[in-house]
Amino acid sequence: MRDLSPSGLSLTGPSRRGVLRGVGGAALLGAGIPLLSACGDSGSSSDPKTVTLGSNASDAVPKKAFASVYADFKKTSGITVKVNTKDHNTFQEQINSYLQGTPDDVFNWFAGYRMQFFAAKRLATPIDDVWAKIGDNFPDAMKKLSKGEDGKYYFVPLTTYPWAVFYRKSVFADKGYTVPTTWDELVALCKKMKSDGLVPIAFGDKDAWPAMGTFDQINFRLNGYDFHVDLMGGKAEWTDPKVKAVFDHWAELLPYHQDGFMGRTWQDAAQGLVAKKSGMYLLGSFVAQQFTNKADLDDLDFFAFPEINSAYGQDTVEAPTDGFMVSKSPKNKDGVAKLLEYLGSPAAEEMYLKTDPSVVAASNKADTSAYSALQKKAFEMIGNAKTLTQFMDRDSRPDFTSTVMQPALQKFLQNPKGIDNLLTSIERQKKTIFATS
Amino acid sequence: MSADITTKTPEAAAEPPPGPAPVDKRVPRGHQRLLTRRDRVALAFMAGVPTILHVALVWVTALASILLAFTTWDGIGFDSIQWVGLQNFRELFTNNPQFWPALQHNVIWFVALILIPTPFGLFLAMQLDKNIRFSRVYQTAFFLPVVVSLAVTGFVWQLIYNPDTGLINSVIGANKPGHYIDWIGDPKLNLWAVLIAASWRHTGYMMILYLAGLKGVDPSLREASALDGANEWQTFKSVIFPTLRPTNTVVLVVTIIESLRAFDLVYVFNKGAQGTELLSILITNNIIGESSRIGYGSAIAVVLLVISLVVIIPYLITTFRKERSG
Repeated sequence: MRDLSPSGLSLTGPSRRGVLRGVGGAALLGAGIPLLSACGDSGSSSDPKTVTLGSNASDAVPKKAFASVYADFKKTSGITVKVNTKDHNTFQEQINSYLQGTPDDVFNWFAGYRMQFFAAKRLATPIDDVWAKIGDNFPDAMKKLSKGEDGKYYFVPLTTYPWAVFYRKSVFADKGYTVPTTWDELVALCKKMKSDGLVPIAFGDKDAWPAMGTFDQINFRLNGYDFHVDLMGGKAEWTDPKVKAVFDHWAELLPYHQDGFMGRTWQDAAQGLVAKKSGMYLLGSFVAQQFTNKADLDDLDFFAFPEINSAYGQDTVEAPTDGFMVSKSPKNKDGVAKLLEYLGSPAAEEMYLKTDPSVVAASNKADTSAYSALQKKAFEMIGNAKTLTQFMDRDSRPDFTSTVMQPALQKFLQNPKGIDNLLTSIERQKKTIFATS
Repeated sequence: MSADITTKTPEAAAEPPPGPAPVDKRVPRGHQRLLTRRDRVALAFMAGVPTILHVALVWVTALASILLAFTTWDGIGFDSIQWVGLQNFRELFTNNPQFWPALQHNVIWFVALILIPTPFGLFLAMQLDKNIRFSRVYQTAFFLPVVVSLAVTGFVWQLIYNPDTGLINSVIGANKPGHYIDWIGDPKLNLWAVLIAASWRHTGYMMILYLAGLKGVDPSLREASALDGANEWQTFKSVIFPTLRPTNTVVLVVTIIESLRAFDLVYVFNKGAQGTELLSILITNNIIGESSRIGYGSAIAVVLLVISLVVIIPYLITTFRKERSG
């Protein structure tokens, strides 16, 4: 934002003309709003020793973890990574205009559909040359997640984490609960917890996205990975009886969810698990961030969402993966290639995880000896998965999930009986949205 | 530009000593010449810059969004704009489960603001106008919510309404399983919950407007009615309130504008979840962010624009008519 300061408005003791000059400056600014996005990388554009990077890691822990990674990269390569950090949600909301303006060379982004969208719009650079060197570091599922629709690589994954059902080991031991592996066992366990005075399933949907996680789990357990992908990609129909069955299962579980979830954030819902008032919580492993006491954290465990349909078992894991992409015309191509090769190495991942242990490495070559028990379990679960999904809003069009699915799922949670009308409405809206390319 | 102005001024051309007399040092004679060249530049700027800003920021953007309402565009590159005619509007009126509730909520917002905080603000203004003790303190206290940003207001109130740790549920013991009152999430409650927050702020706003109006009421009117033996209510009803007519018009317009532009409070409160959908929030959700349904969002914006015009145009017509006749 340095470009803003010489507008003349800050001059002391303004004469009338001084003010006018300032107004003229303001008019120029009004005409030049697109120029503002250029603030990020002005100055050091052609410096071979600098790579610019747009980061969404605004939370304290990830920010520090990334800083340690870039510092390590500088030690080995002599190239400085100039980080331009924006608030996590703001980064996401502005991504369209950011990538069209003058973006940084490299930027933080998500794997899967959300990456492919920008690749298809030619707002990202393919990086097959980098993958020729780092390809051996990653399992096949990760390779699949890093490719665009054209089969070229556009993404370097760094970390991932699983969605699962979290619980307290001590609570299960005290009450003699066992981990449910089938749907019927899960329902029976919920009933038992309720009669024991526990809230069976902690839940908070104020931010509207947690419900999508529940839908994903029930859908790919019940209908399988392929149907889930088709549904997310707009190919399968929401009026399909298979989808209705998902909501029927969900409705069966709803009475065991924590009351008042519409006004509760996931952080508040997690407090129920911390206080041992709630028995289980279906969420990403970032729920561990709410466990600030070491003893509580050690007591936290998770299990994969139970099997519903024996044809699919528990073969799919929802594992959102974060990593890096290259913008459409990076200024320092060699530096970018070097940086991505480093970021795709197990060393970079290990360095990151030293500061942020709430996730696991995307590479299967990374050293797991420093992992906590929770991380080890997460790593195994993701490594053993037959297929990986990202999350509803990463696997489907963001306009569809944010303007249609989020309100629709909230509506279902308020009124589980009106499923048929709801699904017809979703399908109608889906058709219009997916019809526009 | 300045040279243009001087050569085109007829008086300047008809000046007796033609030669290349320096414009700045000309002897001021008559109205026109009071302005030096620099003054004219300054004037041109004063008139020109606001005009350019106004045209660019109001007219061009408004017309652009009207045009965009008939297209579909994901915001990436101008070549991806596609003309779709009335499809966005058809989709909006028939297919969007949030549109009609949003419209309804905007109307409820207006009715609620006019029925509760506005009379209450008038009441407070009447009390403060009596010059009671500490009236400045009360005035500041009631006006404070107006000064606080609406986003902050929303944040504070959602803490009060929080189902688990919020003030209200904690006090009345409604934060236990089975007893939850979900002020923020329950679609039957949340609009009213947020309207209480909005009223809290609006009361102060109305109070200040009415207070200003009351200060302008001629004290002799009160004296006259007191001499005629009118009691306080009669004085208010037959004397004070009719003289507040200009203030009432302003209050009405301000309240309509408030209800149409209601956004920040709700957005912070619960992002316009079911029960609190508003037109402004639908526009934001469709245009801002990754969703980028710019054409569709513009269509909603056009609906909002039309509603605003329907409300504002009659107001402007009556105002101008009054000015002309007055």
